[in-house]
Amino acid sequence: MDDESILDEEDTQKDKYLVFTIGQEVYGIDIKVVMEIIGILPITGVPEVPDYIRGIINLRGKIIPVVDMRLRFGQEYREYTDRTCVIVIEVEDMLIGLIIDAVSEVLDIPEADVVPPPKLRESKTKYIRGVGKLKPIEEGASGRVVLLLDWKKLFSKEDVEKLSDMQEQSDGGNNK
Amino acid sequence: MAEHEPMVEVFIYETRDFLSKLEELALKSEEAQSFDPDDVNEIFRAMHTIKGSAAMMMLDEISKLAHAIEDIFFYIRELHPKKIDVSSVTDLVLAAVDFMQGEIDVLDEGNTPSESSQNMREATEAFLRQMKIDNGDDPDVDLRKVKGAQKPAASSTAAPAPAQKPAAPEPAPQYYIGAAKDEAKPAEGPLHVYEAILKFDPGSGMLEVRAYTVISSFQSEVTELHYLPDKLLEDPEAPDKIEKSGLKLYMTATKSLADIKTTLEKTSFLTDLKVRELKSTDECLYWPSKTEVATQEAKDAEAPIVPNVPVTEGAKSVPPAVKKSTEKLSPAKKDAAHKEHESQVISVRVDKLDRLMDLVGELVIAESMVVQNPDLSGLELENFQKAARQLHKINGELQDSVMALRMVPLEGTFKKMNRIVRDMTKKLGKKARLLLRGEDTEVDKTINDHIGDPLMHIIRNSIDHGIEMPDERTAKGKPESGTVTLAATNAGGEVVIRIMDDGAGLDRDKILARAKERHLLTKPEGEYTDKEIYKFIFAPGFSTNDKVTEYSGRGVGMDVVVSNIKALGGSVVMDSDPGKGSTTTMRIPLTLAIIEGMSVMVGSSRFTVPISAIRRSFRPMHGEVFKDTEGREMIMEDGECCPVVRLDEMYGIKGAETDIEKGILMLLESRTGGLFALHADKLMGVQEIVVKPVPKFIDGITDKTGISGCTLLGDGSISLILDAQVLGSILK
Repeated sequence: MDDESILDEEDTQKDKYLVFTIGQEVYGIDIKVVMEIIGILPITGVPEVPDYIRGIINLRGKIIPVVDMRLRFGQEYREYTDRTCVIVIEVEDMLIGLIIDAVSEVLDIPEADVVPPPKLRESKTKYIRGVGKLKPIEEGASGRVVLLLDWKKLFSKEDVEKLSDMQEQSDGGNNK
Repeated sequence: MAEHEPMVEVFIYETRDFLSKLEELALKSEEAQSFDPDDVNEIFRAMHTIKGSAAMMMLDEISKLAHAIEDIFFYIRELHPKKIDVSSVTDLVLAAVDFMQGEIDVLDEGNTPSESSQNMREATEAFLRQMKIDNGDDPDVDLRKVKGAQKPAASSTAAPAPAQKPAAPEPAPQYYIGAAKDEAKPAEGPLHVYEAILKFDPGSGMLEVRAYTVISSFQSEVTELHYLPDKLLEDPEAPDKIEKSGLKLYMTATKSLADIKTTLEKTSFLTDLKVRELKSTDECLYWPSKTEVATQEAKDAEAPIVPNVPVTEGAKSVPPAVKKSTEKLSPAKKDAAHKEHESQVISVRVDKLDRLMDLVGELVIAESMVVQNPDLSGLELENFQKAARQLHKINGELQDSVMALRMVPLEGTFKKMNRIVRDMTKKLGKKARLLLRGEDTEVDKTINDHIGDPLMHIIRNSIDHGIEMPDERTAKGKPESGTVTLAATNAGGEVVIRIMDDGAGLDRDKILARAKERHLLTKPEGEYTDKEIYKFIFAPGFSTNDKVTEYSGRGVGMDVVVSNIKALGGSVVMDSDPGKGSTTTMRIPLTLAIIEGMSVMVGSSRFTVPISAIRRSFRPMHGEVFKDTEGREMIMEDGECCPVVRLDEMYGIKGAETDIEKGILMLLESRTGGLFALHADKLMGVQEIVVKPVPKFIDGITDKTGISGCTLLGDGSISLILDAQVLGSILK
């Protein structure tokens, strides 16, 4: 991966992940793509985009699409609360807001502690780059795991377009 | 490849500037039928500079052609010949300008220009020879030598490299000056080894080019020359290196230390100079052996830009020794004058302006967020209000100024039309002149860039179809020479450009007949008004010309006009007075970034429709909206059946007004000219909006759904901008 070299250079950001929760799951995303974390802002809906793209928000004059990660991963929609956060990430020169349940912490997960995801069903693990193992909090307790997101795959433009096409087809083309 | 190395970019920019200047001067001289001494000087200098910088970019063909043209003007300037065929000279200059323009375009696209200017050059030389004979001068005497003055610096240094090996299959560029010098100039007297470290004012910019300038002008002073950083132009870090540790020159020369120092001291923007003598070349930090140089040269042979001579910087780069002798030609003086002129204008990248504009937009929104902050509601804050008003005023002015930055006068685009009129009248044997009015009118840069083509097509049309042959005109009692007037005025938020000619006007019957032939008529012939008939001209592929000529008859022209102008959000109307001429009127919004939009509510969503797309908006009366058998809603407008589109249904918005008679209908015109009505809950009013693109992540999807952008409203909320054109096509 060519990202490794970039990570090596940016030593302070290497192996650092922003950890957040969606439902029961704990996810991590490379800290270097995270621009900022904000509370939920008023969202303007955009017609005919996939459900999980909730719309666009105005972040200090910048217009940013927001993606509800619960919906993105096929979980059910939950009303937004005070704890709901938007993580603004920059991927391929695009700013994207990720709506997640809550942000917990920034963790160091050395590459050695990351194992590849099980290859059960391709679709489920496609967006997980690896699983980070954390040391148990107490002696004897079982260790926690963090699912590390592959943001590159997750937010490639083609992927979004493909999904929206699929949705259109399943709608039976009733959108003239 | 739009991205270039800075040097190439500067070259392209400067050369284009010079070329348009040249064209302008040539046309002016032709009209006056004489060459004004100032213009001659100007043309000479422009050609001279192009010649030099082209040689530096290894564009030999351009350089040599410029040299040939320069010769003519040198002759005119120095000997003031009595007989000058101004038209022919203009032809030559314009042909050369076109050639160079073409080559520059090729370079701009990232390719290597390869056209040969041989024929043009020979024609130019032959012409000069003939002109000399006509004026009783000996054609074989090289004026520059006769005058006792050495050739201007650039021609003596610019030409050699290309001239020495014109047909070398591998254009091994003489990048390593030292090696080249070896064969050219054997050393005389004892050789000294020197080291010189030059530091430049980092604020002067383009350090690598400055370094190159020094090296190239300095090479004639020494026997062998090497320098660090060694890859001035290829190495992107070279400017940094030069800034940090200076430009290091290592040379062997017969001159004394003092001489070397004096010569180097003349470099512009020099902040520090250290020269010392070394015992041998071994002490030099960098002294490649001959073989190294050779391999390096072979490697570098592929490098596209390998300057031989520095002329971009004008007189600065002229080696001092030659400078004195050319003083009379006053390049230095000219340069100084040029400098003064330049300091009034700086060129800025458009994306920087856009960024500034974005920031100002954000500032305006931030201002309203502060002033209308809910925390302040209900408070009596007299001083705060005073300060807020002041802030608002300054913000408004700031916004206006930033908008003004993007505005450019139409002058340049207008003046280019002179050339078209000239070329066409010459070819067609007609007589016409172009009058410009209001060319100082300013429009947004994007608009200025896009109206050139439409203007050209309309003017071609005017001359080809409108203006009659001279004898025909005299027979009609009109002045022999026709007039095409190009006028621009500001009208509200629009700029109105009129193209008027005093020709024959449009042939109503001919257009109608042709329209009939092409089955364009949709109602009985007799019902067509003149304006409707003239509209056919803008139909794709429409032409009343039976023959396809160089200028018209293919029927593409006017079609292009309409689509280009429409893309700018403008409109074109044609009118004609048979026998007296025709007028084409274009209306274009002053700027594209800010548009007037109608804000509408649908459920809790807000949308904005550009005012320009709305024909009218109204609340439908009872029974006005009817349904067809399939339950589709329609409305009659102008005897046409227009489909009604409910925004809430189309976009799946909940909680919207369902009773169509309680909502509002907007009649929009789609690209195909078809009307359709858009149903929304209510109108929120008209406001000026700053158009922002839809985020990249989802624009692929929204494009298809008729959303062309979004905008921020005063309260910080987002409104989506609807594109009537796309909406119309979705309906189909």
